[in-house]
Amino acid sequence: MPSVPASSSETAAPAWRVVGTRPVRPDGVDKVTGRALYGADLSLPGMLTGRVLRSPLAHARIKKIDTSAARALPGVRAVVTSADLPRAADRIEDLGEGAINLRYLSDNLLAGEKVLYHGHAIAAVAATSASIAEQALALIRVDYEPLAPVMTVTEALKPDAPLLLADLHTDRMGQRDAAPSNVASHLRHERGKLEEGFRKAALIIDRRFRTETVHQGYIEPQAATAQVQADGQVTIWSSTQGIFAVRSQVAEVLGLPVSQIKVVPTEIGGGFGGKISVYLEPLAVLLSRHAGFLPVRLVMSRTEVLTSTGPTSGSDIRIRIGADAEGRLTAMQAELYYEAGAYPGSPVGAAAVVSFAPYACDTMRVDGYDVVVNRPRASAYRAPGGTNVAFAVESVIDELAESLDLDPIEMRLINAVREGDRRPDNLPLSKIGYVECLQALRQSDHYRTPLTGRHRGRGVACGYWGNWGGQSSATAVLNSDGSVGFNVASTDIGGSRASLAMQLAESLGIDYSQVKPRIGDTDSVSYNDVTGGSRTTFATGWAAYELGQKLSAELRQRLALLWEVPVDTVTRQGDGFAAGEKRVGFAEAARLACEDAPLMVSTTVHPKGYGAAFSVQCADVEVDPDTGKVTVLRYTIVQDAGKAVHPSYVEGQMQGGVAQGIGWALNEEYVYNEKGELLNGSLLDYRMPTACDLPMIDTVIVEVPNPGHPYGVRGVGEVNIIPPAGTLANAIHRATGVRLTALPMSPPRVLAALWDKSGYSPFA
Amino acid sequence: MRKKSVLEFTLNGETRAVLCEPQQTLLEVLRDELRLTGTKEGCSNGNCGACNVLLDGVLVNSCLILALEVQGRTLLTVEGLARSDGTLHPLQQAFLDHAALQCGICTPGFLLSAKALLDEHPLPTESQVRFWLAGNLCRCTGYDKIVRAVLDVARTQAAQPPSVSATPV
Amino acid sequence: MARVLIPALLQPLAGGNAEVAAEGASVGEVIRALEVTFPGLAVRLVQDGRLRPGISVAVDGVISHRGLRETVNPASEVIFVAALSGG
Repeated sequence: MPSVPASSSETAAPAWRVVGTRPVRPDGVDKVTGRALYGADLSLPGMLTGRVLRSPLAHARIKKIDTSAARALPGVRAVVTSADLPRAADRIEDLGEGAINLRYLSDNLLAGEKVLYHGHAIAAVAATSASIAEQALALIRVDYEPLAPVMTVTEALKPDAPLLLADLHTDRMGQRDAAPSNVASHLRHERGKLEEGFRKAALIIDRRFRTETVHQGYIEPQAATAQVQADGQVTIWSSTQGIFAVRSQVAEVLGLPVSQIKVVPTEIGGGFGGKISVYLEPLAVLLSRHAGFLPVRLVMSRTEVLTSTGPTSGSDIRIRIGADAEGRLTAMQAELYYEAGAYPGSPVGAAAVVSFAPYACDTMRVDGYDVVVNRPRASAYRAPGGTNVAFAVESVIDELAESLDLDPIEMRLINAVREGDRRPDNLPLSKIGYVECLQALRQSDHYRTPLTGRHRGRGVACGYWGNWGGQSSATAVLNSDGSVGFNVASTDIGGSRASLAMQLAESLGIDYSQVKPRIGDTDSVSYNDVTGGSRTTFATGWAAYELGQKLSAELRQRLALLWEVPVDTVTRQGDGFAAGEKRVGFAEAARLACEDAPLMVSTTVHPKGYGAAFSVQCADVEVDPDTGKVTVLRYTIVQDAGKAVHPSYVEGQMQGGVAQGIGWALNEEYVYNEKGELLNGSLLDYRMPTACDLPMIDTVIVEVPNPGHPYGVRGVGEVNIIPPAGTLANAIHRATGVRLTALPMSPPRVLAALWDKSGYSPFA
Repeated sequence: MRKKSVLEFTLNGETRAVLCEPQQTLLEVLRDELRLTGTKEGCSNGNCGACNVLLDGVLVNSCLILALEVQGRTLLTVEGLARSDGTLHPLQQAFLDHAALQCGICTPGFLLSAKALLDEHPLPTESQVRFWLAGNLCRCTGYDKIVRAVLDVARTQAAQPPSVSATPV
Repeated sequence: MARVLIPALLQPLAGGNAEVAAEGASVGEVIRALEVTFPGLAVRLVQDGRLRPGISVAVDGVISHRGLRETVNPASEVIFVAALSGG
């Protein structure tokens, strides 16, 4: 077992046998030896290679598509366009990733009347080789009528802005505006009398912020393979966060019954929310059907991943907060404009909840606007919407604290929400560990060690995420040697086979090594929501716990029959069962119990008690005054995990979220030219953090058990990405005296801000 | 169809011959012709390191090398890291023990980069580790546990007699 | 009677109230009761016999997946909120 020096556990919890230990993950050997099969690793006899033609224009009407030359090329087996898609209903459905209009989903897969972003799919080809498929793409002729691109909130809101979607009218909680607009919806949360609250303030800070489009940046590009049989049965192999979400999207878009579709999960090389929406699967199905029922594999290039899959929203944000002289917040106001990309569906709703959630204040108003622009349709990205708004709010809170001469942790403690306090949407918070996180950071070695040196500064910020429960199903099969086969349908993105098997082992009272988890397909396991919303270890963990309890009860029942004793006299003892003088170990009990009939139990759960998550973070930075480069010297993340089932993987989630947040804060952004063409569609130019860009990321796991879970588990996957941008902005301010109000805080931006402050004008 | 040529080289200790087209990259031939899919494709232009392999002991991006350039040379991929008896390479074991992978797609590339580092610098500093791994992108871990795993292997091997820590291939 | 918190954008339809009382053993019944007092409110919450896409309901602090069928007690607090999605 490795020593993990950078982590510490804050609160004593019940002594579990398995939960809280750090075993090797069940799929570990396959993944370090190269045997694990990911989306692009699949190969089937006769398999064809698919390629997708994508729009070079950001906004245009499609006048005509001519595929005849491509179809005539030897080796080409199928060409499909939007004409091959059934006309999708203008209907809103929840297909596992939040509500979406089916017509928009369909139009995003293959553009119909208009292309709405650079990289929008127009046609797909299947051929006997990749090079033939690529030649075929070059033979497809598309006539466009170019339209002016609308790239930002500012442009989209102009009265004379071109409309992306002619039939889009602003929805204000069920009421449609009469005139069409690029604003898809407006929501508002409010309590108290806002201006009265501001009148009580000794100090009001009112600032505007801008954040850019960023991508999840999973290392495995999207990959999907489909085979349609002559009888209409469809099998899809997909690298996805949710096989049932793929099934429902494909069924709706292609007008197929779910009974005709089987989705088989491959291993998945990262997702972070970006592998819930489908892009390739329906195209692979159409191509296979048109190509004489041969299997077709589609794998995206990195450029396609960046131009054509869902990144997360850029945003324009206004934050106005008032505080009294003691630092108590008197009023809070937010205006959030989130870019949804080409179709409605930015995460502005979640952002509106995240905004002021850490602050107990009875006077607030949050307005959220979902705005369409000519960029790829936004998709979920780790705590969707949270990072943007927290960057803005935490910057303003820091400015208030500094102006009032308050320590930033003290400022947050004065205003911290506790159990029973309400989020901006007025939902009360259940048991949370926010104050414990603030205290843990204040007591950390990092925070107690003074930072010295020129151009250096320390920043603090916090974040809230509500987490999710959702539906999970699982089956446990008892083998006669006492081992347990454990079938789930939750995609394992980051070690959930381990965290789930551990909970089953704990519940059943057996060794972790005796549980054999397996990820099933849609035909072998009952319905299961996506691996997302920080739900898997919580909700599928609930299912694992229930399986253990059920299996244990069934074993007691069978032993009671065998021993001819009342079932309530059969008890768990040590690693086995006992009744009076009779005693057997677990393996022997399994052998006895399975003699007459095999033993298998199943369960389905939909737990509601998903506890909310908080994280508090601290960074030390050094800013190079000559280049504007920000170096992160030291970083500490504190997070309430409820109960860390596998602490190493909890730390991994915390460190990974921080790393993505640092990339978002300091370097990552989509860069478009005035024509709406993406200029940095590669991993050289879309600059994600490397090992050289980051320090060790120290973790402090706080454990305030979630009463809604048998082991106290809270989701840990997402909240960690919310505070980094604010943390770093505050640190940069303390290092330089300059407050940056736009992300990313890249060297050119930091340098411009430094020059602006000093009055230096290099080009004068 | 372009004319195919025979490529002969030593792959993970065995002599292999395979037909390949002149424009095919080493990565394509490994994955599509030899069906060795442990070497991953993340970007196809040398930016992510998921396809890293050792060519005559030197770390390279297999997506940036034409397969025919490997004629007569010696290649190590992730499939050749463990011993034939199944014993994992110390780096593979350390990645498991330290939970240095989450989704695992970048892991093969990291293992090869780390091996190249330790072959040249048996006892590297943390900044040396970070420098040698900077060509490998990981989006899940924040690198912390990967760096610790590599440092741990280096320290363990330095503390052991060379015969025990000898690595295969 | 249950306490119902009205979303800000719908308060003009509820006599400007942020909070009202309504009778009902389920969320559906509560909405029907609200409609009697505040005509025009129900259509903003319900569409095709279920909660509108994009709207969730929380009863006693817990977001319900049963929608209109969720049980409401006389002491309950019912909150209509914007539905969220995660990643």
